[in-house]
Amino acid sequence: MPGRLGRLLLATLFVVFVLFLYGPTLTIVVLSFQGPDGGLTFPMNGVSLHWFGRLFEQQAVGDFGASITRSLALAAMVTAATVVVSLAAGMAFRRRFPGSSWLFYLTIASLILPSLLVGLGIGLTFNRAEIDTNWWSSAFGAQLTWTLPFGLLIMLAVFNRFDAAWEEAARDLGATPWQSFWHVVLPIVAPSVIGIALFGFTLSFDEFARTLLTAGVDNTLPLEILGMTTTVTTPVLYALGTASTALSFAVIGVALIALWRARARRIAAAAR
Amino acid sequence: MRGAVTSWLLAAPLALVLAVFLVVPLFVLVVVSFYDYDSVRLIPDFVFTNYIEVFGSMVTWRTYAKTFTFAVTVWAITLLIGFWIAYYLTFVIEGTTKRTLLFLICTIPFWTSNLIRMIAWVPFLGRNGLLNQALIGSGAIEEPLEFLLFSDFAVTLAFVHLYTLFMVVPIFNTMMRIDRRLIEAAVDAGAGFWRVLWHVILPLCKPGIAIGSIFVIVLVMGDFATVRLMSGGQSASVGLMISAQISLLQYPAAAANAVVLLAVVLMMVAAILRVVDIRKEL
Repeated sequence: MPGRLGRLLLATLFVVFVLFLYGPTLTIVVLSFQGPDGGLTFPMNGVSLHWFGRLFEQQAVGDFGASITRSLALAAMVTAATVVVSLAAGMAFRRRFPGSSWLFYLTIASLILPSLLVGLGIGLTFNRAEIDTNWWSSAFGAQLTWTLPFGLLIMLAVFNRFDAAWEEAARDLGATPWQSFWHVVLPIVAPSVIGIALFGFTLSFDEFARTLLTAGVDNTLPLEILGMTTTVTTPVLYALGTASTALSFAVIGVALIALWRARARRIAAAAR
Repeated sequence: MRGAVTSWLLAAPLALVLAVFLVVPLFVLVVVSFYDYDSVRLIPDFVFTNYIEVFGSMVTWRTYAKTFTFAVTVWAITLLIGFWIAYYLTFVIEGTTKRTLLFLICTIPFWTSNLIRMIAWVPFLGRNGLLNQALIGSGAIEEPLEFLLFSDFAVTLAFVHLYTLFMVVPIFNTMMRIDRRLIEAAVDAGAGFWRVLWHVILPLCKPGIAIGSIFVIVLVMGDFATVRLMSGGQSASVGLMISAQISLLQYPAAAANAVVLLAVVLMMVAAILRVVDIRKEL
């Protein structure tokens, strides 16, 4: 084990690493409250909500309201599909079936292939099939190739540690497979399912590399931000970043609080 | 047999999504890479011109050299930082609650957009940014440093900022599973800190290091946005080259480049997997 000096060095490294992770993002949150005459960097030229107001003007940002709505709708669709499909696949992978290792490697491939290539492939496929690309069709599928591997890997980790005796007990008591899934398996794995939902949501909400060539004519929020990075030179860019981060954190926070309260209720019910 | 049918039905949605949005698109990508094209349309054909252009052009080789440089640099830095952060969390921090809390602190930035985390470097690195202001204020330099933003330095910094977590998580995961008694045994047998590290901890962390390396290398090799944003268009990467061809609607050329990149990335992953067996991790 490291000596005292070693521990001190490692603790310092950790603190510096955390500052490195958080510092820049916190800086743009502060700078997004820049006064109307303020620039892209310090000093702060007054404090205002001016740049947040500018978000809703068409000329400052493409179409902020529509793109954020689109991103939220797409993230909701991707989250729902990711939860259902990974849960089902996770159940399937609990025993080996013909082709299971092929499907597993295909899922891993989906995770590690460069996103630009996946997007290009899907875009070209739709182009050759003469189907228009849209955020709710091609981009939806493109994002699933990114979220499903995470969902499946979490499910595999969960079922690795799952005690099958619970299901046997249910079966011995006369439960149908569906009843034993609904009343026994699902409540036990529920926290991980919520975890998959949060992963699915945030991965989708921030995704741009696979969405770029598949979203068609209507931009999602990250694509809007990507477009703005080259053209916008005012703190409105920071306001957009702050708004998007806040929204993402709000959704995750609400989900975590709901999860925590559900758990507290269950514990209270069990104690009664 | 009924079991297999049930499993198939349960796995079918996943298989279907991957078939439609991964297998078919990759197949189309390969097919289109042999197409001919002019300025307005794709011409279905079976020609090798796109590949001849890819391999015949010096730009391709230079761009690959540049991309490999980014990948290796970022890999080395993230591995170094990631390993010691994981080590700190595993062996220095005591108590599960504190460890979980510190681990969560490391993962929270993952919930924000990569694009925003890149943009966040602008007020730091810009000509009038915080770093230049601080350096001038301290008297270290007279003129602002120009190379901070829009340079290879900025690209590397942003990559490290974005992807170190992908190294920390798998290494931390394997490190936590090391049986502490092995380390005690080594210490009892007289091994010092570095010998324990080199002969016990490092070999047992290899699968985690391999998974982290695959993530970081693949992410850097396929990147286009970070290089474009952080270098201000002054640097190059394979992904950027492909996206430039796409914006010029030269789809077959882009597809040929993409197929070559795909082969390169798969070879790199295969090389890592040959060195380290990660199967027991999965």
